Amino acid sequence: MDKRKAVMGAGRRWAVDFSDQSTVPSSRDILDPPGFSRVSPEQDDSATSRQKKDAEANWKLQKAWEVAQSPFKNLMMMGFMMWMAGNTVHLFSIGITFSALWQPLSALQSVGKVFEPFKDNKVELLMPKLVFLALNLGGLALGIWKLNTLGLLPTHASDWVSSLPPPQEVEHSGGGFAFH
Amino acid sequence: MAMALRLYLLLIVFLSSAIVSFSLYEDQVGLMDWHQRYIGKVKHAVFHTQKTGRKRVIVSTEENVVASLDLRHGEIFWRHVLGTKDAIDGVDIALGKYVITLSSEGSMLRAWNLPDGQLVWETSLHSAQHSKSLLSVPVNLKFDKDYPILVFGGGYLHAVSPIDGEVLWKKDFTAEGFEVKRVLQPLESSIVYVLGFLHSSEAVFYQIDSKSGEVVAEKSKAFPGGFSGEISSVSNDKVVVLDSTRSILVTISFVDGEISFQKTLISSLVEDSGEAEILSPLLSNMLAVKVNKRTIFVRVGDQGKLEAVDSLSDETAMSDSLPVADDQVAFASVHHEGSKIHLTVKLVDDLDTVLLRESIQMDQHRGRVDRVFINNYIKTDRSNGFRALIVMEDHSLLLLQQGAIVWSREEGLASVTDVTTAELPVEKDGVSVAKVEHTLVDWLKGHILKLKGSLLLASPEDVVAIQEMRMKSSGRSKLTRDHNGFRKLFIALTRAGKLFALHTGDGRIVWSTLLNSPACARPSGISLYQWQVPHHHAMDENPSVLVVGRCGSDSSSPGVLSFVDVYTGKEISSSDIGHSVVQVMPLPLFTDSMEQRLHLIADTDGHVHLYPKTPEALGIFQREFQNVYWYNVEGDDGIIRGHGMKSSCAGETADEYYFTTRELWTVVFPSESEKIISTLTRKPNEVVHTQAKVSTDQDVLYKYVSRNLLFVATVSPKGAGEIGSVTPEESALVVYLIDTVTGRILHHLSHQGCQGPVHAVFSENWVVYHYFNLRAHKYEVTVVEIYDQSRAENKNVWKLVLGKHNLTAPISSYSRPEMFTKSQSYFFPQSVKTIAVTSTAKGITSKQLLIGTIGDQILALDKRFVDPRRTLNPSQAEKEEGIIPLTDSLPIIPQSYITHSLKVEGLRGIVTAPAKLESTTHVFAYGVDLFYTRLAPSKTYDSLTDDFSYALLLITIVALVAAIYITWALSEKKELSEKWR
Repeated sequence: MDKRKAVMGAGRRWAVDFSDQSTVPSSRDILDPPGFSRVSPEQDDSATSRQKKDAEANWKLQKAWEVAQSPFKNLMMMGFMMWMAGNTVHLFSIGITFSALWQPLSALQSVGKVFEPFKDNKVELLMPKLVFLALNLGGLALGIWKLNTLGLLPTHASDWVSSLPPPQEVEHSGGGFAFH
Repeated sequence: MAMALRLYLLLIVFLSSAIVSFSLYEDQVGLMDWHQRYIGKVKHAVFHTQKTGRKRVIVSTEENVVASLDLRHGEIFWRHVLGTKDAIDGVDIALGKYVITLSSEGSMLRAWNLPDGQLVWETSLHSAQHSKSLLSVPVNLKFDKDYPILVFGGGYLHAVSPIDGEVLWKKDFTAEGFEVKRVLQPLESSIVYVLGFLHSSEAVFYQIDSKSGEVVAEKSKAFPGGFSGEISSVSNDKVVVLDSTRSILVTISFVDGEISFQKTLISSLVEDSGEAEILSPLLSNMLAVKVNKRTIFVRVGDQGKLEAVDSLSDETAMSDSLPVADDQVAFASVHHEGSKIHLTVKLVDDLDTVLLRESIQMDQHRGRVDRVFINNYIKTDRSNGFRALIVMEDHSLLLLQQGAIVWSREEGLASVTDVTTAELPVEKDGVSVAKVEHTLVDWLKGHILKLKGSLLLASPEDVVAIQEMRMKSSGRSKLTRDHNGFRKLFIALTRAGKLFALHTGDGRIVWSTLLNSPACARPSGISLYQWQVPHHHAMDENPSVLVVGRCGSDSSSPGVLSFVDVYTGKEISSSDIGHSVVQVMPLPLFTDSMEQRLHLIADTDGHVHLYPKTPEALGIFQREFQNVYWYNVEGDDGIIRGHGMKSSCAGETADEYYFTTRELWTVVFPSESEKIISTLTRKPNEVVHTQAKVSTDQDVLYKYVSRNLLFVATVSPKGAGEIGSVTPEESALVVYLIDTVTGRILHHLSHQGCQGPVHAVFSENWVVYHYFNLRAHKYEVTVVEIYDQSRAENKNVWKLVLGKHNLTAPISSYSRPEMFTKSQSYFFPQSVKTIAVTSTAKGITSKQLLIGTIGDQILALDKRFVDPRRTLNPSQAEKEEGIIPLTDSLPIIPQSYITHSLKVEGLRGIVTAPAKLESTTHVFAYGVDLFYTRLAPSKTYDSLTDDFSYALLLITIVALVAAIYITWALSEKKELSEKWR
């Protein structure tokens, strides 16, 4: 400090020192208030905090896995509902099929949001995310399959030719019985 | 029990709602349909002489109708349409209370009750040969109980009791060469005189006792010159005939049983010479002879001496003589002068005494007067008044009385031969819709009334008002085009060569025009085509129709083309084409810049002529020259010949619109085993929506849709007669599908033990035909659907998605399309007169068959019932698709008669035309009657029904909005009070 001052005194008239010297109590002018401990927690209880952290990460991972697997239940339920709805096109089956399509789609859109709470540099979220994606894609596939079984997908030749007008004829012929 | 009944009722209700029926409610009758009753061209008319029903006239017509008409208004009191083979030969009144009709060449005698037309008795008379028939009903009204009705027909003279129709006696005149010419029954005499010619050269005269039928006396005398056959009986003991050279009139008198001839040269009566003709009117002691287009009245003196007393120009129609007061006899004659007709009633004895002379303005489009029937009545001042019933050249029937037309009936419409449709003019800006429609208040009032009706609040008066309102609903009969295409014109060509335009809204005649030709007085109409249908110039061009006619009845007589403006009914032009007309082929795909359609007309020499004769049309035709073909069916020889265009005859003649053809193919049916009874093609203007037919398992079948397909039905020559005339082993029915470009037989199907007549309908890729199965003793209906095998490989979805397919490429008949058919047969419980199919604007709506049944009604049958995919136990998916379980016979659901309670008497044809609205089709049926209705085969899925209550909708919306506001306000209030608490 003296040294600095000497430097200052040598070239400048005044200066404000922004550097925090609180970590160096010996060199401080003002004493810490009583009861205030300047020791950082990790420094003073590093073992227990690490343990806690690990537990949280585990918990997050676990939760992430749970979330990742949650579409499976959905999938099963959807499957059951679809089976119940039957293969004919009516309001119920259409509703179910569209919800079966909509749910995975919206879930896929919000993958980031769903896993945000579990974001942690220590938690490996890739696998849960992949599982989540896979399950939702599975749900989507189920929905599409249902759509197809309902006959709403243009997968047959008939879907592409059903409004095709008859071809033109090259020749033209007319006639019949002679007029009496 | 009651429970079971209720359940049963419920079941019935459920079932009836399950079957799609197209029936009407009672109050919907007449909303979309109309029905017009006609009788046809009048042949005979008998006025009532009795006091009972003085105001009526009994007529018989060429459409085999016997009817009683009201003389005041021309309405039909009663009417009976005899069958097409039951032509009426004579009609008279017997005993003052029976109408006697003789029909079927004198083999059927019927008596109808005069006031109500009920059949009193019917007697079938024995007939051995074809001959003219004669009916003689005793005129004596007081003592005629004993006098029989004398009927000659089929070689026999029958005496029939007028009371019960019992045959009293019959006399055989079937001797070879003998022809009965007159049967006379003098008043208060028990002797019947029968005069006939033997081999046209010997007059034979019989006197027969009218009680027993015994021949009292028989005389014969040969006439060396021979008779021509025309005869006029002038009195009870004299007839006048023409000799075989038609230059001598022979008076045959048979006084006291002695025959004597008296010859008079016609040239001695009048200066004109030439072939004479005895006219039909029966005048007492006088006859009318037509020589050189002049009508000469010849008086027959007491001694059989003839003298010419008067002559008239040729265009004169005459009535039979009519007894008027004081033993005088009068007759009427009508002749034309400019646009007027002159009716003259004169005494037969004294042609200078004119009892009546009237001039009446007559519509030019009625042509000449054809027949006149007169009747007298006593006026209040005790003088004689006359009324005349006249039949015009266009078959219309008019009553003239006191110098005016009292009523007229357009009887030409009973013999419609061809029908086409035409659009009405587009609504121009000048015409304000609001003026034609109701004002807003009226509109609202109407809707409130409707609302009352639909909420069952209407009083009986309201119901009547509602019905009335619906009947004359605003736009129904306007003469402009409407958005839905419900208003249209049906153009009908009648046998008389008159063209009528009928409005679909109310069936009124918008215009009518009689065909004219510079070459001949009155060409007969053959057929009708749409000549010009403007789309691009719809605002400033009028559509027109082409009427093909012919001068004369022979097929080689020259044709006449007439172009008629559809909006105005004016004949735009008429031309003699100088060649015969055997066939007319519209080329619907080719139109010139004026949107006139190209037509080819084939003549008897096998040449074709192109119309319109413009260089532009020629250019268009030259481009397609190689691709135009024609075929003709020679029914008698059992040959179908196909021709292609060969060359223009421009080199030989100056006419470059004239082409020769070459024969390309012939299909010869062996005459000993097959006879063509029916041919049919698709309607050229039919619209097909798609070429694919998707089955339940998503499989695709490609329809074979071709305009060049001909359906031909043949039967064994033995089986061509009436049903039941052959055993099942002797008769077979074979149907063919022939490509008319190449002559290839694409498919044939043989029905053993079946017989015609075949009624068929051909639409899209299917044919449905109706015939008689001799083994099952039932009528059958078979459906044949034709599919294209060569396109069936187009099943790869990716190719179809990318458009790599040949499904829309033009196809040629020379590419030898492979095809397969599916067919199925069903019993049909009824005999059929004609079959048609509905047609819609885009061809999307499902089709209905319109079956004209033997009862002159029209049955609408869903095409679903005649679907070859029907099986006994359709799967769930098939059921969902609408496939009906297979049954052995087609159902007739009483509600699906589109004619509901009406009959289209003498039904001959059904014409369908699309409306602009895809769901709806116009149906027009013609016969003796006319019937029109609109049909929606799949219900009106694209529009609200007429009786949809807009007011109810409006009120509901208003009520809902009000409810929302009120509840919103209430909830606000409540919330506020909650907050203050």
